[in-house]
Amino acid sequence: MHDEAISSEQYETFDDIESTDDPLSRRGFVKLGMMLVGTAYAGAIGYPVYRYLATPVTRAAGASAVTEVALPDAQSLEAGSAMMFRFGTRPSMLIHHTDGSWACFDAVCTHLGCTVQFEPQKNRIYCACHGGVYDMKTGDAVAGPPPRGLKVYVVEVSDAEVVVSRA
Amino acid sequence: MPKSSSPVPDIPLLRTAWDYADERLGLGEVMALAAKKTVPQHKHSFWYYWGGISLFFFLVQCVTGVLLLVYYRPGPEAYESVRAITYDIEFGWLVRSAHSWSANLMVFSIFVHMFSVFFMKAYRKPREFGWWSGLGLLGLAMIFGFSGYLLPMDELAFFATKVGLEIPATMPVVGEFIGNMVRGGPDVNANTIQRFFALHVVILPALFIPLLMFHLWLVQRHGNAVPPGEEKKPASERRSIPFFPNFMAKDLAMWLLALNVLALLASLYPWQLGPEADPLAPAPVGIHPEWYFMSQFQVLKVLGEWFPGLTGEILGLAIFTGGGLLWALIPLFDTGSRFEQRARIATWIGFFALAAIAITTIWGYAALE
Repeated sequence: MHDEAISSEQYETFDDIESTDDPLSRRGFVKLGMMLVGTAYAGAIGYPVYRYLATPVTRAAGASAVTEVALPDAQSLEAGSAMMFRFGTRPSMLIHHTDGSWACFDAVCTHLGCTVQFEPQKNRIYCACHGGVYDMKTGDAVAGPPPRGLKVYVVEVSDAEVVVSRA
Repeated sequence: MPKSSSPVPDIPLLRTAWDYADERLGLGEVMALAAKKTVPQHKHSFWYYWGGISLFFFLVQCVTGVLLLVYYRPGPEAYESVRAITYDIEFGWLVRSAHSWSANLMVFSIFVHMFSVFFMKAYRKPREFGWWSGLGLLGLAMIFGFSGYLLPMDELAFFATKVGLEIPATMPVVGEFIGNMVRGGPDVNANTIQRFFALHVVILPALFIPLLMFHLWLVQRHGNAVPPGEEKKPASERRSIPFFPNFMAKDLAMWLLALNVLALLASLYPWQLGPEADPLAPAPVGIHPEWYFMSQFQVLKVLGEWFPGLTGEILGLAIFTGGGLLWALIPLFDTGSRFEQRARIATWIGFFALAAIAITTIWGYAALE
C-alpha cells in the first residue's frame, strides 16, 4: 500500500480498471478464491456444530434401529389387558385378547402423534387427543381423524417370554 | 427521491425491496454516514484493532455459550453434564474448549485494548465515558470469567471459587454476609453453581450487552482518538482511510486471524476437565486462579506473609480499590495534551501499572513451583 492517503473515490475506480465479468481477471480470481475459502470456513464451523446438536438424534436413530424386542414374563399378561413397552424409542402396546390371541402395535397415533390407549370395555384402541379409534385386533383406523392404521408388530409367545419383531 | 447510495445490484426486485426499506428506515442516511466515516492512519494504528478483536471474542462467547446451554445442567448434575459434553457429545469438547479459550483471549484483548487506549491518551475529553464504560465492561468480563470457571464444578473450579469468595468475606462487618449470599450457604455447593449460572447466563449478559452498545455508540459518535503526538501535526500531514470498506476489510481480516488463533488453540490444546469436586478432599497442590486474577492472588498471598492475619488482606483490598480508583479517574486528572507534564505523568502511571501487573503475575506463577 502507498504511503499517501487513499480516498474512497480512488478505490471505486478499480471497478472500471478490471471487469468482474471476466473469470480470469485478477479480481475474478480473488473473488472465486474468497468464495471457496469462505465455504471451507463455513463448513469447518458448521459441520462440528451440526454434529454437536445432532448427537441425541443420531443416538436415538441408533436405538430405534432395533428389529426385535424380548419381553420376559410378558406371556403371563392377563387376558383382556394390555401392557406398554418401548420398541427402540417408541411407545408400543402388547395386547392379550380375551379369546387368547395376541396383538402388538406401535402405540403412536397416526394422526398427530399422541400415545393411544387400549379400552377393553369398548373393544377398541382409542386416542384421547382427537378421538381417533383403531380396531383392537388389526390396528386399522376405524373412526375419527387417523389417516391410516397403527403399525403392526409380529408377536411370538413362548413359556418364558414374548418376542415382538418388525413385520 | 435520490437513490444513488443504494448498495444493491441493479435488479428490479432487489431495488424495489431496498427502496421499500429505505423509505421507512432511512437506510440511505446510515450508508451516507458510513461512507463519510474515516479512521486515522499513523504508526500506532495497529492498536485500533484490539477493541474489534475483543468484540469478536465476545460474539464467539455468545454463540458457543448458547451451544453449551443446550446440554449443560446447573445444580447437582453440573459435573456430570460437563463430563457428557466433554466426552460423550460429538464435538462437545471442541465447543467447550472454544468457549474457554475464547473467554481467555477476550479478557486478554480487552487488557491490550485498555492499555493501548491508556497510552494513546484516548480517555481525554470528550471520551471519558468511553473509558469508564470500557472499564465497566472489563469488570463484567472478569466476573463472567470467575462465575463461568465454577460451572463445571471440577476440583479446580471448586477451590478457585472457594478461595475467590473468601476475599470479599474479609471485608469488615458485611463481608461474611456478602460471602454467604453469593455462595448460597457457608460453603461452595450446588446452590452456588445455580446462582453463578443465573449470573453467568442471564444477569451478566443483560448488563454487558447494553453497556457494550453504549461503548460502541460512543466510538461511533466521537470517532477514533489519535495520540497527542499525532494530534499536534497540522491537518494536512494527518492521514486517514475510509471506514467502509477499507478499515472494515482490515478489521475483518483481523477477525479471521483471531478465529484462526482460537481454532488452533481450542483444537490443539483442548480445555481439560479435572476430577469432580469433593468438599472433603484437601486442596490440590499448586492450586491457583485464572491468569487474569493471578496478580491480585499473588499480592494477597505476599501481603498475607508480610502482615499476618486480616491486616494483609485488608491492606491488599485497599491497594486494589485505591489503584483501581486512580486508574478509573485518570481522565479527570490528565485533562489534556496541552499540559505536557501531566500527559507524561499519565504515561509513567501506565508503565507502572503494566509492570506491577506483569511482575506480580509472573511472580505468582513462579511461586507455584
